[in-house]
Amino acid sequence: MKTTSQIYLIALSLLAGTFLLSVAVGAVFIPLNEMMAVFMRGVASTDAYSSILLKVRIPHTVLILITGAALGGSGAAYQGLFRNPLADPYLIGVASGASLGAVFAMSANWPNGLLGFYAIPVAAFIGSVGTVFLVYYLARVGKTVPATTMILAGVAVSSFATSLTSFLMLRSSGELHRAISWLMGGGTMGGWDPVLASLPYILLGLGVLLASGHTLNVLQFGDEQAHNLGLHVERTKLILILAASLATAAAVSFSGVIGFVGLIVPHMVRILWGADYRRMVPLSILGGASMLLAADALARTIMAPQVLPVGIITALAGAPFFLWLLRSVRNQAFG
Amino acid sequence: MLEIKSLSVGYNEHLILKDISLSVHPGEVVALIGPNGTGKSTLIRAISGVLPLQGGSIRLCGSEIGSLSSGNRARTLAVVPQIQSLPASFNVYQAILLGRTPYLGWLGQAGKRDHDTVCQAMLQTKTDHLTERCIGELSGGEQQRVLLARALAQTTPILIMDEPTNHLDVSHQSSFLNLTRKLAVQNGLAVLVALHDLNLTSLYADRVAVLFEGRLKAIGVPEQVFVEENLSPIYGGQLRVITHPEYGTPLVLPAGPDLEYAPQNRGYIVEASAQLREHIYV
Repeated sequence: MKTTSQIYLIALSLLAGTFLLSVAVGAVFIPLNEMMAVFMRGVASTDAYSSILLKVRIPHTVLILITGAALGGSGAAYQGLFRNPLADPYLIGVASGASLGAVFAMSANWPNGLLGFYAIPVAAFIGSVGTVFLVYYLARVGKTVPATTMILAGVAVSSFATSLTSFLMLRSSGELHRAISWLMGGGTMGGWDPVLASLPYILLGLGVLLASGHTLNVLQFGDEQAHNLGLHVERTKLILILAASLATAAAVSFSGVIGFVGLIVPHMVRILWGADYRRMVPLSILGGASMLLAADALARTIMAPQVLPVGIITALAGAPFFLWLLRSVRNQAFG
Repeated sequence: MLEIKSLSVGYNEHLILKDISLSVHPGEVVALIGPNGTGKSTLIRAISGVLPLQGGSIRLCGSEIGSLSSGNRARTLAVVPQIQSLPASFNVYQAILLGRTPYLGWLGQAGKRDHDTVCQAMLQTKTDHLTERCIGELSGGEQQRVLLARALAQTTPILIMDEPTNHLDVSHQSSFLNLTRKLAVQNGLAVLVALHDLNLTSLYADRVAVLFEGRLKAIGVPEQVFVEENLSPIYGGQLRVITHPEYGTPLVLPAGPDLEYAPQNRGYIVEASAQLREHIYV
């Protein structure tokens, strides 16, 4: 058994590695020594490398990093909250709800300033919270939320939200190509604005989830035992749902719908390091960021100079994993 | 202590429990018996504050249950649930430590006192050799002891258990209830335990409460309650009550088959007169 600090060291090294990879690759490859040189010279420098790094690569990489962190962390929280191994912001429809909210805000006033940018996550948040409650009540059988009905309800609600989103996008003039690629999970908006607009929401959401590891542990024993252990169950669940949905919504607002990160990463963490949510939440956040950075680096290089939406890569990796998981949860209890 | 006065509980208009009054004193083990579907679990859920009351009152150490905060309630009353759907990959220590939840903040940072309490609970329940094991790999008896240890870690004056011996074999049933008595006597716990087995009840309970069709049919020491006139209408069919040859407590025996269908090969008294049978059974 590895010690906790060793595990965090591994996760942080992985994150640092994928971060550097994401900054380095793209239409122009920037080697590590050039990167260092740019930082040595300072922000004021004006050569090609430094403007690519500071205006394009680093903002994009940071956006992908916080998006992955939000998806990984909220995936772990949804799985713990619903005691359901298949819960993922994408599969339970939260992401589609968020994108509906975001597109609604965009079609009302396609973003043209930082203030407009800040409004998009709020609209996405409303969409995601609406979806998660709808799916939860549709999927509930008695007092439990079985994995399969949750996925079915998620698919149904998510298709509905996606149709509405498409309708809104077709109505709005121009920008269609950009919107489609956004929906497929390509962080196509450049610069620091999307980072600044989503970071506060993601920090708030993930901050609450990071502090809730113990609470999520208690919830694994079911509502009634959690109640008997002194938890105010309904209030606790509401706080967790709001926090996870806020992080998801902010991530979706500027990076589009990216599936399966919130499914794969918490599972890998659980398999490698156990089911203690005090560790699972932070490690899923770090792991989600690393996985999305790697997937994004791949998306920008395999068909270079064309950039694939990163959602395609995560779905190609995630869908088979999901099917494997679906088969294995049929026979064993979750835990 | 636990005091229940004229309690009614139900879902919507349909009352499941009607006019229940009973109390459990410190150091006492009260068994709750009755056929399946008669309201034992409902009563336990009402006492633990999961179900709202339709009438009457439940007082935990003097405080009305509705007036207690979640944390205060969990510092007064601990519940040992039936062992089903436990998260398999939790390790034993981690699971028992969750019993300290009502004493910890939202972050759940446990201090030395919490760890000491958990270690003591593990020693008392003989789960200390299981510390690093996962719940999923334990036997039913071990899982039940882990849940008991978690309840003890809550250090409450009142302990409630929902059919804790259900999944245990005979010798583990005895040792679990023996442990329960020891804790009640040593720690002065007020214990209410739902049981299925009448003979275990008779051996291990100070008093027994009989629940039938949502009402309390009888309450008292097993010698008073376990008589054929009380039990037969509740459990249907003919039960026989004899005296335990060693302890002198009542033993409840099921009725045998109709004589014409009884096994012929090993001493069933097929031809015996009714009088003789009476003599032999009672």
